[in-house]
Amino acid sequence: MRCRVLVELRPDILDPQGKAVLRALHVLGYDEVRDARIGKVVTLELDGRDRAQLEARVRELSAALLANPVIENFDVEWPA
Amino acid sequence: MARVGVVSFPGSNCERETLRAFASIAGVSAMPLWHKDELLPDDLDLIVLPGGFSYGDYLRAGAIARFSPLMAAIVEFAHAGGYVLGICNGFQVLTEAGLLPGALIRNRDLRFISRTVPVRVENTGTPWTWRCEPGQVLQIPIAHAEGNWVHHAADAERIAEAGQVVLRYCTADGQVDDSGNPNGSLHAAAGIVNSGANVFGLMPHPERVADERLLGGDGLPLIESIIDWIHHHGEES
Repeated sequence: MRCRVLVELRPDILDPQGKAVLRALHVLGYDEVRDARIGKVVTLELDGRDRAQLEARVRELSAALLANPVIENFDVEWPA
Repeated sequence: MARVGVVSFPGSNCERETLRAFASIAGVSAMPLWHKDELLPDDLDLIVLPGGFSYGDYLRAGAIARFSPLMAAIVEFAHAGGYVLGICNGFQVLTEAGLLPGALIRNRDLRFISRTVPVRVENTGTPWTWRCEPGQVLQIPIAHAEGNWVHHAADAERIAEAGQVVLRYCTADGQVDDSGNPNGSLHAAAGIVNSGANVFGLMPHPERVADERLLGGDGLPLIESIIDWIHHHGEES
């Protein structure tokens, strides 16, 4: 089974990379973009079929390693 | 004898200078430690996590090194009041391990900065700075791309109020302002301690200037502070 963990910076944390991307977008003429923030996608391939159990394990490992709770939130997507 | 252990992770690259800097101080026995060991040597007084790029800074700097086998013993050592120093990547590992508050993110201007910068000693009431003068300006090299110390505003305020921001980036004449802050760190924090002041993390590299022949040796006041403290306040051995 496959899932994607989306790791995003918490809203109150400054994102210098996002700011650089925003500036570049404006230089390219995309003025309607008000803000840009950079996150990460971690795609996991998992053994097993028990979706509920896997969901719990993925949340656990995401909190333990994939996201730093001081600066990041995470979300897990399970493609249908 | 003050017994000092310097840990190597895969990708650490400052451990030799760090060992040498401590070994050059009288009354110090400095020894390398390997990240895969599960036990610490007996009677260590100080553990140092050196600079480098442990695990290539993959995922986040220090994020993987914090799970090395030896880190469990180091966390226990710190919780028992043992002295732990994290330099640059070592500082990053300590924040990831929860031994120091906040996090180190990408520098404000996104570039890797490698230059000698002035830092001001804000708090001489710690084992790491008691041999410094209040407000003393030290010229110490930095070399990092992820040295921007951040935390939630209220937490950062509390930490600063408590005197835990021990070193701040400043101008050559000791002013703390934006121009003196190379990487955008909140409160211009270059070095912080935990609430017990037994764990100290800093982005600048004191081991690179631990000799008067090296840019005047401004790393010595910090290194000598902690060694003197250990000598004065009872060593393990």
